[in-house]
Amino acid sequence: MEILEEKKNKNKPYKPILEDIPDWPVYQLSKNRAEFILEVTKLTIERIKALKPQRKQLTDDLEATVYREQNRIKRNKWRADPADDSRFWSGIKSELVELGNKSQEEAEKLTDSILARIVHRYASEIAGNFRQTSYRFARSVIKFGFLRLLNGARIKKFGAFFRNRYTLRDKIQIVGKVKMIRNLARQGTVVMVPTHFSNLDSILIGWVIHSMGLPAFIYGAGLNLFNIKIIAYFMNSLGAYKVDRRKKNLPYLETLKMYSNLAIQKGAHSLFFPGGTRSRSGKIEKQLKLGLLSTAIEAQRSLYMAEGEPKKVFVVPVTLNYHCVLEAPEMIEDYLQVKGQDRYFPEQDKYGSFGLIKFLFKFFSNPSSISVSIGPGLDVMGNYVDEKGNSLDNTGRIIDTRDYFVSNGDISIDRQREDEYTRMLSQRIVTEYHKINRVFASHLVAFVGFQMWQKKHPKLDLFSLLRLPEEELELDYQEFKTVFKKVRKQIYLMKENGKINYATHLKGKSDGAIQRGLDNVGVFHLNRPLIKNKKGNIITKDLSLLYYYHNRLVGYDLEQFI
Amino acid sequence: MTSNSLSDKPVGVIGAGNFGTVIANILAINRPVLLYARNGHTVKHINHKRENRHHAIHSNITAVNDLAKIAHECDVIFPMVPSAHFRTMMKSLSPYLQPYHILIHGTKGFDVTLPKGETIDSVSVLNRKSVKTMSEVIREESVVVRIGCLAGPNLSKELAQRQPAATVIASHFDEVIQTGKKLLRNDRFQVYENHDIVGVEIAGVLKNIIAIAAGALSGLGYGENAKGLLVSRGAVEMIYLGRALGGDVKAFLGVAGIGDLVTTCNSPLSRNFTVGYRLAKGEKLHHILTDMGEIAEGVNTIQIAKKCANHYKIRALITDRLYKVLFEGMTVEAALEFLMRFPLSADIDFI
Repeated sequence: MEILEEKKNKNKPYKPILEDIPDWPVYQLSKNRAEFILEVTKLTIERIKALKPQRKQLTDDLEATVYREQNRIKRNKWRADPADDSRFWSGIKSELVELGNKSQEEAEKLTDSILARIVHRYASEIAGNFRQTSYRFARSVIKFGFLRLLNGARIKKFGAFFRNRYTLRDKIQIVGKVKMIRNLARQGTVVMVPTHFSNLDSILIGWVIHSMGLPAFIYGAGLNLFNIKIIAYFMNSLGAYKVDRRKKNLPYLETLKMYSNLAIQKGAHSLFFPGGTRSRSGKIEKQLKLGLLSTAIEAQRSLYMAEGEPKKVFVVPVTLNYHCVLEAPEMIEDYLQVKGQDRYFPEQDKYGSFGLIKFLFKFFSNPSSISVSIGPGLDVMGNYVDEKGNSLDNTGRIIDTRDYFVSNGDISIDRQREDEYTRMLSQRIVTEYHKINRVFASHLVAFVGFQMWQKKHPKLDLFSLLRLPEEELELDYQEFKTVFKKVRKQIYLMKENGKINYATHLKGKSDGAIQRGLDNVGVFHLNRPLIKNKKGNIITKDLSLLYYYHNRLVGYDLEQFI
Repeated sequence: MTSNSLSDKPVGVIGAGNFGTVIANILAINRPVLLYARNGHTVKHINHKRENRHHAIHSNITAVNDLAKIAHECDVIFPMVPSAHFRTMMKSLSPYLQPYHILIHGTKGFDVTLPKGETIDSVSVLNRKSVKTMSEVIREESVVVRIGCLAGPNLSKELAQRQPAATVIASHFDEVIQTGKKLLRNDRFQVYENHDIVGVEIAGVLKNIIAIAAGALSGLGYGENAKGLLVSRGAVEMIYLGRALGGDVKAFLGVAGIGDLVTTCNSPLSRNFTVGYRLAKGEKLHHILTDMGEIAEGVNTIQIAKKCANHYKIRALITDRLYKVLFEGMTVEAALEFLMRFPLSADIDFI
């Protein structure tokens, strides 16, 4: 089996742009953690009261919140949940019941106090816990651990464990606008928005940020990750704040948004996965969650309204490209199950601390590499910015982002306008994802294979196709190669027009590229999605998995070239 | 929310055609207006004679020949130029536009970008990648995002006589709608709101197809039953086409849809109606067009709609037959006979 080797990375590591941790905005934020939580609480309460001006509306919402929270505790309890959860909410419930017996004035007061306690509780739960010492410790552990694993796992010789032949930088390629993002991080606040395919993303991106020489970002990590003790420790120390997707009630969502909004305003570089959850289908996200995204826009507007030299907020799309996503089999199953029904399914994490270590070992022992594409900087309206952070229009003319918030000569607050801007920004991010997406040989063979089978059975819908017995599926190699070459040529053309990117290993003789693709696609899985049989033809051991990896290239209109 | 007081900055109108002039006059009731005309003579004529295209010009209006001046002095601009020139106009205006500008256009038509050497006639496939509405052209060509559109049964002549009328302002932004409302509304002009800007734009374009058909029926000497049939079935066809092109059903049922459709099908003076009328009288298309010396938007629209319908696999019988009449030599009688014999059952199946 030919092993895919990316060239050793010759670039020197990037120097940190801010040497001392105490200068980092995230450090400042956590040093004044208690104060910050109070500020978030205060402003969130104001916001909620503006949204629900009448007390009746507010109590209705609080009742709904209690109901949902108690339901959550009953149905879907997590290890990361606080111990007093159940007590707290039943306490609130009885207080809400008492409201009816109180005088107008007392009821008013009590409602306010209930709201304040709920919001404060949420704010404290969300708030990150960045500590300088444990950041340093965690960073070195991750680096050391990864390094040892990498070298030990890859060079199968005694003593390899302590050699430094490979570094993480060989394993994980960072391509794209690194210099630019370093520049932008000096001038303003960076909001990084990566695609989300695997639980590994959260750890990986933390390392990427560090290795680009950027100060730690605060980032919205799913609370489910905090169920795993080891990850919880690292997350906490890397500046993560917690996002609990089970909580969909108004006070929670507003608190979360306010937290992100204020942190961005205070200059804390932020990261969240705008897709919300991992892409179950393997497709690049098309629909982004608008909640957290809107906070970048709101923070920018607030910064323009504040006194003094306004800081600018920069949005940086990032795509993570894998040959193999460990969770793919479960995710595609989930996806196929709920497709067309759009119903909620609970997050399941099958990996405990031990499972994670096993996963990491698998990951590092495999030569399958990962690449991270850093997109160009955008302003909050999705305009490209230059190295100095100036927003540019289509023709390259410098424009002022502030003007987007101006009405009749002054900045105005218009939520409906900003909702619309958020939608526009999300579309721009999706477009940018597709542009910076780096096609691997494995993505392309999966795409070609699946589409060829689909074309051979034009009358079958997706589900009937997936039910075909795998033994009946065989593609003639020469035929496969012809189509592969045709689609690859299209990808070359698209790259020239700036519509997509591809990894260097995709180039070269097509036999070699196909082989690299086959060797790497879904390489950790028990049933490989695409392999050659003894006759040299292409077969699959798991069509659903193939569908998953194929999905990576959906949305480029490449189907017509099959 | 939007602030209540609009500043006293002038409002811009681009295009001193019939509709542009009338809208400028309506705007001038509330605010000073800068009216852009491409032609220097027209500018002088308007400023000195206080008259344009037989419309008296309101004293609040100043005609100008300088797009930069319009962009610098006005926050709100109403582009009112024919769709064929819209993109070119936007390209010249764009360098002066800033993100704070609000643009509300009143142009009914599609913008088609074709590969080199192709015409709408010759190109085999048309879809939404090459067919754009005016609001999309504004987005593509400028930094302006706060875009609105003005559509409805607004015959210039009747508006000029201050007969009662209504229009729709469509935009994704409340701010744009409210601004437009404040500027345009008066006791003779009602303004409705809609958020589906693309739907409203498409409705305004597609109705031109039905207008040609209405002219044809009239040319054949048929009466009100036939027209009732045409208007209702025409509306259904517009909805099918409109949905395929990215509009929502609701836009087609409102003032800018049914409202505009009924008006257009009943106004024998409109160019589209005339084309249909003369076709039914047996004249050939090229002859009618050279004779009229003006563009009938509907003729282009039929070609575009026909090719889009093919691409999106939509059944659009009226459009299809009109296409055959215009470009493939079918007689109006034969087209009508086909439509009357076609086995159709469901009256309404889209709600």
